[in-house]
Amino acid sequence: MSAAETRTARLAISSPDAAPLVEIDGLGRVFDLSKRWLNRVLDGSGKVMLTAVDGVSLSIERGGTYALVGESGSGKSTIAKMVVGLLPPTSGSVHIAGADIWAERNLTRQRQLRRRIQMIFQDPYASLNPRWRVGSILAEPIKAFGLAADAAAREARVGELLSLVGLDPRDAGKFPHEFSGGQRQRIAIARALASEPEFIVCDEPTSALDVSVQAQVLNLLRDLQERLGLTYLFISHNLAVVRHMATRVGVLYLGRLVEEAPARELFAAPKHPYTKMLLDAVPDIDMEGVERPSIAGEIPNPINPPPGCHFHPRCPHVMPQCRTVVPPSCAAGDAKVLCHLYDGADHAGTARSAP
Amino acid sequence: MTATLSVRNLRVEIPTRHGVLTAIDDLSFDIAPGEVLGVVGESGAGKSITGSAIIGLLDPPGRIAGGEILLGGERIDNLPPPAMRRVRGKRIGMIFQDPLTSLNPLYRIGDQLTQTILTHEKMTARAALDKAERLLVEVGIPAAGTRLSSYPHQFSGGMRQRVVIALALAADPELVVADEPTTALDVSVQAQVISLLKRLCKDRGASVMLITHDMGVIAETADRVCVLYAGRLAEIGKVRDVVKHPQHPYTHGLMTAIPSLKGDPDARLEQIPGSMPRLGAIPEGCAFNPRCGFRLERCRAERPAAYPTSRSEASCFLLDAAGRAPPPETATAARAAGIEVRAGAPTGADA
Repeated sequence: MSAAETRTARLAISSPDAAPLVEIDGLGRVFDLSKRWLNRVLDGSGKVMLTAVDGVSLSIERGGTYALVGESGSGKSTIAKMVVGLLPPTSGSVHIAGADIWAERNLTRQRQLRRRIQMIFQDPYASLNPRWRVGSILAEPIKAFGLAADAAAREARVGELLSLVGLDPRDAGKFPHEFSGGQRQRIAIARALASEPEFIVCDEPTSALDVSVQAQVLNLLRDLQERLGLTYLFISHNLAVVRHMATRVGVLYLGRLVEEAPARELFAAPKHPYTKMLLDAVPDIDMEGVERPSIAGEIPNPINPPPGCHFHPRCPHVMPQCRTVVPPSCAAGDAKVLCHLYDGADHAGTARSAP
Repeated sequence: MTATLSVRNLRVEIPTRHGVLTAIDDLSFDIAPGEVLGVVGESGAGKSITGSAIIGLLDPPGRIAGGEILLGGERIDNLPPPAMRRVRGKRIGMIFQDPLTSLNPLYRIGDQLTQTILTHEKMTARAALDKAERLLVEVGIPAAGTRLSSYPHQFSGGMRQRVVIALALAADPELVVADEPTTALDVSVQAQVISLLKRLCKDRGASVMLITHDMGVIAETADRVCVLYAGRLAEIGKVRDVVKHPQHPYTHGLMTAIPSLKGDPDARLEQIPGSMPRLGAIPEGCAFNPRCGFRLERCRAERPAAYPTSRSEASCFLLDAAGRAPPPETATAARAAGIEVRAGAPTGADA
């Protein structure tokens, strides 16, 4: 409990200095899935564009954990890649501590900026080079950013990192295949910490792990946040994990942020019909024997999403304007909802009547 | 009543260059007619191998080295391949994790369904086609009549898994073995597929063996659950009992390690130290002993049998009424975790 209290206390302290660490504004990404030019001419087919991310804006405060949830094809990982600088956005901007990571042309400053952002990937079997010893894997970022004076200092730092994630400093001489999945994910976390970042993007960090090991990794991520004051962008499809980790949650549906709210509020009183549906669909060990309301439909093909609100074909509260007009972002308390139910003068009444 | 499926002291071995690995060790359980038995465990626990052994599709060099598997009272583990082929598909239906690999991409859905029906039942091609269409309607495929001539790639993931369910039920089997049927699907679709599977099997009175790593799915779907650890039975009992009052220290650890949608989100998750042993390095005695918080002396040397408690059966020496009393602090800690410590209690009654 004391850990939880310090967590909330620290958040309370850090919030008055206002400026969020990460600001994402109108972020969008379109992929061109067209066939080659000649094939298009021969088949008489047009260009095929897939809007993976559509005007996503959010901000993450220092020391907070912002979780993005959504089903496959919702654009979670595309956002992660644009935030860490692996994939250029089609529109919008990403500011980390006030600097636009995609507009920075000065290479030195760009490197400095990138040092502060790190990423942890989903599959620790794929994200560690099997031919490198753990020591070299961890030393790479230290070398790349010139963070240690000499080889001895680097080695000491590698040992320190390994102990930080609960491994033995002597493990530096081993290869990744000598470790279990959970231990590999610890190595991936240590590597992310090697460049002393402030902001870490965790893309499904526990999806490839077993439950008993998942708990170890989630606890480790929280402990590290306490100790090092890290800020996380946490991406997951598992709502129970998100509820356990996040201070603020954003729900994605076909590339649009349909709802974002403080974690407690989102789980206690979800507003968007899609969020409600998702929360109802999660199988939970405390829900044994409960009959669930059945859910209609599946996620539409993102190449050809429904017009208006993307969710309207599955929505139980669909109204005529949902089929044609893209809903604006409506503020409801501390939350933002992309839904016509919460828009306009009768918002209070409609919203309350929505089950 | 005879159990639909009865597994007795099953032992599965995998010979390798480095010696023989025991993937399943002395596993016994029954599935009653119409019952849904969940089989859970982490990766490497032997869930899928148990399923493969039952349907007679163990990947070589894996082999059944001991024990019996009885379907409706008849042994099926020693059937010659042609006889087993008649059982598989007819009396046991199968659903695998990835619907894209369990359907043949080169054949239309209708052809795959009618082929399965005609293999196991005597009827005309016309009647088989009608039955195929009825099956697709039952599993909730819109415009079933025209969809018969579609190829698997023309369906979405959830729809494909519905087709696989239709295939599994095509010959009205007594038992359906579903191995991670929803793992490849999104949550909103997962809920639909699970409720469909449950409803259809209930309607037909088929028993289900549901293999999954997702305790949430089990909690909502199964009647009883069997928890495996390192190829051995850790605990078996009614779902409610195992989830709410786990008796094996491993099951207890597992339940507290799962983040839930209820409870305090800021509370720390309980964690089980270490990870599941590899098959080549299963510890002496109880396989869980190096990770166990309530380890006794004998756990390092002897292997526990499944002992009954007032709720479930669990393989743990704390529950052995004939055993010596554990040290008081261990007993207190175990009782605090909800485990009915019986070792050392003179009557074997609850403490």
